[in-house]
Amino acid sequence: MDIAWFVVLAAFIFCIGAAGVLTRRNPLVILLCLELMLNAGNLALVAFSRMLGNREGQVFALIVMVVAACEVVVGLGLIVAMYRRRIPIDVDEVRELRG
Amino acid sequence: MLLEQILFFVAAAGAIGGALGVVLLRNPFFSVLALVGHLVALALLFLLLRAEFIAAAQLVVYAGAVMVLYVFVVAYIGGVEETVGGEGAIGRIGPVFAGALLAELTIAIVGSGLDALNTRGANVAAGFGSPGAIGKLLLEKFLIPFEAASFLLLVAAVGAIVLARRRRGLEESDEEELPERAGRAPLGEPGGRAGAGHEEDEGPPPGTAEGPGDPTPEREAEVPA
Repeated sequence: MDIAWFVVLAAFIFCIGAAGVLTRRNPLVILLCLELMLNAGNLALVAFSRMLGNREGQVFALIVMVVAACEVVVGLGLIVAMYRRRIPIDVDEVRELRG
Repeated sequence: MLLEQILFFVAAAGAIGGALGVVLLRNPFFSVLALVGHLVALALLFLLLRAEFIAAAQLVVYAGAVMVLYVFVVAYIGGVEETVGGEGAIGRIGPVFAGALLAELTIAIVGSGLDALNTRGANVAAGFGSPGAIGKLLLEKFLIPFEAASFLLLVAAVGAIVLARRRRGLEESDEEELPERAGRAPLGEPGGRAGAGHEEDEGPPPGTAEGPGDPTPEREAEVPA
């Protein structure tokens, strides 16, 4: 398979994730769509690493996975905190940043 | 060669189908399950790209650990159904923006001057993406990013605990912890599941009156209720 197939597939997944982030209102699903976008970036990184015969792109992909895990953990912590204070789980309702 | 193409198209269909499922399914729990399928398909694509260690890490860390975290939070909050394609300007502009982004990216990829894009990639040795090779690179050339990543994970774990724990001063009831917890149980909106989560969260402190054998009475009390 040519590398271009993988890169075009990564572009497709990235755009699906971007559409999800823009249209969904549940912050849980927005986090899931962010994961989609990060995974598309990972796929492109690994594809270019294969294209160049260079392993460094795979290390970048690993670091991206670590950052994605951190983002998920903090985001889910925020959602649980919202739930505990009975703030509606809807990004349109969360308008103010106050404690 | 033919097998590789078949595998690619199966995995690509799985990945795109999973991604569409995440965006289009209304129940967040099914969205999480669709993302698990997407991640498995992506791991297959990584294998096709000779990134064996990344594929294994994707399966174990992402599809295993991170998705379990998601499932726990969805179960804790309860599946909140919502309408897809929200109202408002952004709900209408979003798909248009994504389509424009896709067109732009595709033009950029197809029109790029990278000749190697239309090849099968450089010739690589057998152990190209093996754990040994990646680990050697991580611990020799990328030692500082590796340590920074581990520190970032630590900070994120501490931050999540600080965010999600119950703070007395910021809750609506500023009383002692025990009355607060007692008053919370009937108030819990989705009913049984959230109440059970609370009781399992703070098992030891309220169990002081019941002594060491408190889990079993709690379970027995839950069953008739």
